[in-house]
Amino acid sequence: MQRDSIQRTVIVALGVCLVCSVLVSGAAVALSSIQKENKRLDKVKNILIAGGLYDPDGDIQKTYKNKVVPLLVELDSGRIVGEDAYPEGIDADTYDIKKVAKDPILGQAVESGEDIAKIRNRPKYIFVYQVIENDNLQKVILPIYGYGLWSTLYGFISLGSDLKTIQGLTYYEHGETPGLGGEVDNARWKGLWKGKQAYDVSGNVAISVIKGTVDPSNPQAQFQVDGLSGATITTRGVDDMLHYWLGDNGYGRLIETLKQGGTRG
Amino acid sequence: MAEVIEKEEKEAETPLAPPLNVRELLLTPIFDNNPIGRQVLGICSALAVTTGMKTAIVMSLAVIFVTAFSNASVSVIRNLIPSSIRIIVEMTIIASLVIIADQFIRAYAYDISKQLSIFVGLIITNCILMGRAEAFALKNPPIHSFLDGIGNGLGYSTVLIAVGFFRELLGSGKLLGYEVFSLITEGGWYVPNGLMLLSPSAFFLIGFFIWIIRTWKPEQVEEG
Repeated sequence: MQRDSIQRTVIVALGVCLVCSVLVSGAAVALSSIQKENKRLDKVKNILIAGGLYDPDGDIQKTYKNKVVPLLVELDSGRIVGEDAYPEGIDADTYDIKKVAKDPILGQAVESGEDIAKIRNRPKYIFVYQVIENDNLQKVILPIYGYGLWSTLYGFISLGSDLKTIQGLTYYEHGETPGLGGEVDNARWKGLWKGKQAYDVSGNVAISVIKGTVDPSNPQAQFQVDGLSGATITTRGVDDMLHYWLGDNGYGRLIETLKQGGTRG
Repeated sequence: MAEVIEKEEKEAETPLAPPLNVRELLLTPIFDNNPIGRQVLGICSALAVTTGMKTAIVMSLAVIFVTAFSNASVSVIRNLIPSSIRIIVEMTIIASLVIIADQFIRAYAYDISKQLSIFVGLIITNCILMGRAEAFALKNPPIHSFLDGIGNGLGYSTVLIAVGFFRELLGSGKLLGYEVFSLITEGGWYVPNGLMLLSPSAFFLIGFFIWIIRTWKPEQVEEG
């Protein structure tokens, strides 16, 4: 058979494709369960970090199981959905906020007038996480996301049991400029959030990220957090997403529900 | 460059396998014929994954794995491949190996895979792989090609890790995630150089690297 004959060409092409496809699909199938587990652990880890429960040497799974209770919320109404009434395709272990937001059935478009966080789509149902210790609600961890300068930032904000005091803010995924907007990861900056007030006395979203440093003598200081220097647009993105998610179109209704005592779902 | 090509052509003509010089195959690509420094291949990924040492090292391992095995596999079937579909066959082999490497990284180094994101997948477009498959593996026996792949992977890694070293140290004050210089944002003294974390700095560093190698080995200087 000639080296460049059609027959030879077809045989070699088919042979190479066959061998390669077996190898690729073999690797993908064999490793997929480990990969899924990694994804799940990573999510659990981020929830624990947001809730201030993360201990690098501890057993993540155990802490999560003992202290964190996921709660499915219908965003539009603030209604808590019981575990037996989860819509099809929603499961606490596999829930992926990005996928659900874009899903034609489980996601919904955000009207452009309301879309201050520039997210375009959001899930109809979202998981929030309660941190429960000794049968008492300690914190509520709320997923948030919104656009910064280059990328959508995904993170969590946690509120204390009064549903007003911020316990922590953390981002687990973003593509902001390292050293500038990327400083949202800076532990010192994240530490500034603890103890700040999310809402004012009349229940409006009051928290804001300001340009420069907060003056502690200012009566507004409890609602203000230092901006990141050199990252005006990322900072504005953080500010916008907090206003969106903590506001009436975001978790506002849920927070009302929780205040009325529906905490345990 | 001409000398190298000539040599490779001669090797291809000899019917007997050329003598196996492991040392030469492995070490030449590191300084004498570095894929980035001398051949100026694979620059794109060198810019993207060198903000830290850890990502640079994992990326290097992935590239060494892929160059070694793609070279070896292309070489095994080099006498069967019809020249009309040669490039496609090489690409298919390379792409499959890259996907396998990517799957393994995702399974066993999940944190790093998030940082490397699409760049592992983009090894497919890394010119070093096609370059070595075309220039070497098609004309040499499998073991030679395998070693040539490892050698070129190592050459790429040397630059990648060196660039990663300087970018992480000067840009974040850390090495492999451990603090070396205490940063001013954490209350220390070092003001991190933000440029080092952006892609252009890798251009400067690779430029310096090429400059140093060519000063040390002037025979690499091309005549203008």
